[in-house]
Amino acid sequence: MTNHWIDYQHSDVIMAIGVNTAENHPMSMRWIDRARERGAKLISIDPRLTRTAAVADLWLPLRPGTDIALLGGLINYTIANELYHREYIVNYTNASYILDPGYYFADGVFSGYADGSYNRDTWKYELDEDGNPRKDPGLQHPRCVFQVLKNHYARYDADTVCKIVGCSREDFELVARTFCATGATDKAGNILYAMGITQSTHGSQNVRATGVLQLLLGNIGIPGGGVNAQRGEANVQGSTDMAMLYHILPGYLNMPQAKDHPTLADYNAKETPASSYWSNKPKFLISMLKAWWGEKATPENDFCYHWLPKLDGKNHSHIAIFEAMARGEIQGMFVWGQNPAVGGPQAELERKALESLDWMVAVDLFETETASFWRRPKADPASIKTEVFLLPAAASYEKDGSVSNSGRWIQWRHKAIEPPGEAKSDLWIADQLYKALHYHYSRGGVFPDPILGLNWDYGQGEEEPDIEKVALEINGYEIENHKPLENFTKLAADGSTACGCWIYSGYYNDLEDPPAKRRIREQKGIGTHADWAFAWPLNRRILYNRCSSDPSGKPWNPKVPLVFWEGGEWRMNDVPDFAWKDNPPENTAQSPFIMLPELQARLFSPGMADGPLPEHYEPAESPVHNVLSSQQNNPVITWWQGLGKLAAREEFPYIGTTYRVSEHWQSGIMTRNSPWLAEMAPEMFVEISVQLAEKLGISNGSQVLVSTPRGEIKAVAYVTRRLKPMQVGGKLVEIVGMPWHWGYRGLFPGDSANVLTPHVGDPNTTIPEYKAFLCNIRRA
Amino acid sequence: MSNVVLVDTQKCMACRGCQVACKDWNRLPAGVTKFRGTYTNPPTLQAHTWNHLVFSETDKGRWLFASLSCMHCNDAACINVCPMGALQRTKAGTVWPDTDKCIGCSLCAQYCPFQVPQVSKATNKMGKCTGCAERVSQGLKPACVATCPNGALLYGQRGAMLKLARERVEALRRQGFYEANIYGEFEMNGLGRIYVLTEMPAAYGLPEAPGYNATAWVWQLARRPLGTLTAIGLFSGLVAGFLRWRGERMQQRKGEYTL
Repeated sequence: MTNHWIDYQHSDVIMAIGVNTAENHPMSMRWIDRARERGAKLISIDPRLTRTAAVADLWLPLRPGTDIALLGGLINYTIANELYHREYIVNYTNASYILDPGYYFADGVFSGYADGSYNRDTWKYELDEDGNPRKDPGLQHPRCVFQVLKNHYARYDADTVCKIVGCSREDFELVARTFCATGATDKAGNILYAMGITQSTHGSQNVRATGVLQLLLGNIGIPGGGVNAQRGEANVQGSTDMAMLYHILPGYLNMPQAKDHPTLADYNAKETPASSYWSNKPKFLISMLKAWWGEKATPENDFCYHWLPKLDGKNHSHIAIFEAMARGEIQGMFVWGQNPAVGGPQAELERKALESLDWMVAVDLFETETASFWRRPKADPASIKTEVFLLPAAASYEKDGSVSNSGRWIQWRHKAIEPPGEAKSDLWIADQLYKALHYHYSRGGVFPDPILGLNWDYGQGEEEPDIEKVALEINGYEIENHKPLENFTKLAADGSTACGCWIYSGYYNDLEDPPAKRRIREQKGIGTHADWAFAWPLNRRILYNRCSSDPSGKPWNPKVPLVFWEGGEWRMNDVPDFAWKDNPPENTAQSPFIMLPELQARLFSPGMADGPLPEHYEPAESPVHNVLSSQQNNPVITWWQGLGKLAAREEFPYIGTTYRVSEHWQSGIMTRNSPWLAEMAPEMFVEISVQLAEKLGISNGSQVLVSTPRGEIKAVAYVTRRLKPMQVGGKLVEIVGMPWHWGYRGLFPGDSANVLTPHVGDPNTTIPEYKAFLCNIRRA
Repeated sequence: MSNVVLVDTQKCMACRGCQVACKDWNRLPAGVTKFRGTYTNPPTLQAHTWNHLVFSETDKGRWLFASLSCMHCNDAACINVCPMGALQRTKAGTVWPDTDKCIGCSLCAQYCPFQVPQVSKATNKMGKCTGCAERVSQGLKPACVATCPNGALLYGQRGAMLKLARERVEALRRQGFYEANIYGEFEMNGLGRIYVLTEMPAAYGLPEAPGYNATAWVWQLARRPLGTLTAIGLFSGLVAGFLRWRGERMQQRKGEYTL
């Protein structure tokens, strides 16, 4: 999140799009309700009337996969009705930048498109003689970003949008009027989002669209504003911060590529921009290398850069891994607290792919569907040669450690009880794994040096490792005396500092009183709670907070001042996100976004794989044609071999979509083993409209079969008024909605929704399109 | 004045924390249920389910939520009907189930207009919400109230909760919920669990005019036969006495007008 949970209380309008806040983040409703006590409005954009929509002030039913159409419509509404915050976009964004004449957009495709991918060379600014972007602060130049944006979204008029989204003109106008009113200088609009918009073949652009809208309305960097991802798992924020994704290193540094970055100098040269705070990248990487290889990492050997694995330029995300596994290319796999047999797309393909593994190590609280894939229904264990190890893991209350929430707050958790039986903490398992590897590599093996050279000393023998040592390493310390670093401003590129994750630096900078363990509520203020845990970066609670005041330093909303200039100095209710020291407001009035080379926010962004501006495309499987352009789908999707033939509309006429309920958790292996929870939600079910049920002769509570080209599942039908058929460009379209929490293990098994979903995903992240596909349904 | 639970059904998002917190605090077992085409599960309150969320879809396309539990009625059918005195009024004003005394006759289940107490087939004892007596006596809130994330469940003095309820109804009506009303102010002489509703009670599965058969007192005979008979006897005696006196007076009057 750019902001944080408690900050919601300052919002004037909250738009929850592709997120079911009440069902999946019920605690946050407390803060949303605080805002509503002051008259704030909650808008829910969702295909179904969820528990969030049921309590919201406005609900707009939206066809799955059409979020850019809706958001583009709101962008158009904002510009056409002059509701944008003009002073904000002129000073704080690239609205005034003039684009190179080589850039164009035509019929759904941007300039530079060839052979299924984009050459982004034309997505750039026109430069003057000094190499700086030309600008028109009057926003009139036909090629300035603002005008290009205006023209692009002029195509998203209300009628077209409603035709695509399947909503009424009335609903759209009400949402637009309500939310876009937050363009007023003293109003705060908040956009909450989650998997409803990310799990799409244009998921990244969906999020970009929320960013563009919020920048136009001046809602970034202010209390109650922001683009706020409600993350789908307790510590997924921590997991991405610590790089549990193949393409990054801790703190969102890019993984080195063998081809582009053979040496450290290559990496530093190519990855380090000239401007923005990222210009300090070498300090972050080198400090990480010092943390990993300690004394072995010296300036002479490039700090062991050559021991760092390099990428081969190919996609190694979840879908890619299982595609490779299906081809027999993967020998072994650790499935560490993950259950792809239920949570992965195209589950039957993924379950079958597991059969090709020589070995699997599953680390989990229960024997999951994945760990027991070899004896799943209809499998023949005798023909499966995989050797499977199941390591029992300690649950979250049975070990110490930090958890990073969606608001970037790193909060320490204390062990409450011992794990049962032989269950161990992940830290212990990782430590023992390292010790075993070290033992074997010291007696041979290919390229043992990177393992043997690791600076790894967290515990002796089989004792529980000291997690404080890990925390100190992540925080960073001075090499000379091992003293904790204050924060990342103290990092160096000369090998004098070590730091496991630069953005976390500061969270454990005091061994007696680590900030991550602090639990002091603020007594007065605006709800920053600076002494409650540590928010990366630097305990900054609201990012981009220079934008909370005007160029002269006066707060846009004097009732909730965040960082502002008064009496000749900066006053702060948060850690400033700009160079404030000895700098009067005018010095930073055009540089509030310190992580971008422009230092101003990007309405137009050259950094995405599929376009500098969000554009509506239909999901990979859709019941209708794209009415906006002749480009049916995102033009740079990877069509994986395992996906096979897409569903034909005639055979699979209904839109399938998946989601979660309050009562179950992810793949369900914990909650379907919890009788109190299973009592409330015992069986796999699907939700269909009254009209569809009537048409197909399906009665409420009866068994149905749902199918896609990927497979078929059985479930109980919930015939509900909360789903309605939608008029989409003259065609009546029905939705079949289903939770994805069931699998063949546990006390309360059931069929998995992901048997139906497709192996296709977003071009930037490859996140699978779980939210919109085609299916059929009939009485069982 | 006793404390009551205030349930704000429009604030409620049906997270069902209250349903599970009750099970957790009271160490109640879970049953095996089936999905019957509604999120409401178990379908009714049970001897081992003392609080459950009732989900109701309306014809106008709304989805209503109500955290239903024992209403702790001021005029409690169960107290009046129980032949063993197993349902008792506490100082806190709640209705306490003294399961030791219960013989599983199910009269409470039959007479309660909300179908709250249920008898377990396994134990032949009734079970229902205890008002978290052991918690409130220590200054804690009932488990359901304590767990509610956003104040849809509140607990406090009856007067204060009713005041809050009225303010909330006002605010809801201004928002366009013209049928917003309070349930439990007068029903059963006042409920210990008061509801702010946005639609008529029937929409939530609540009885519009809850009451119970006046013959309930008959069962008291089984419980306090002597006392009841004495009461009946005294009452009859008084009635008889009055009638005789009246008759004499009438005679007297008649006599006064006779010469």
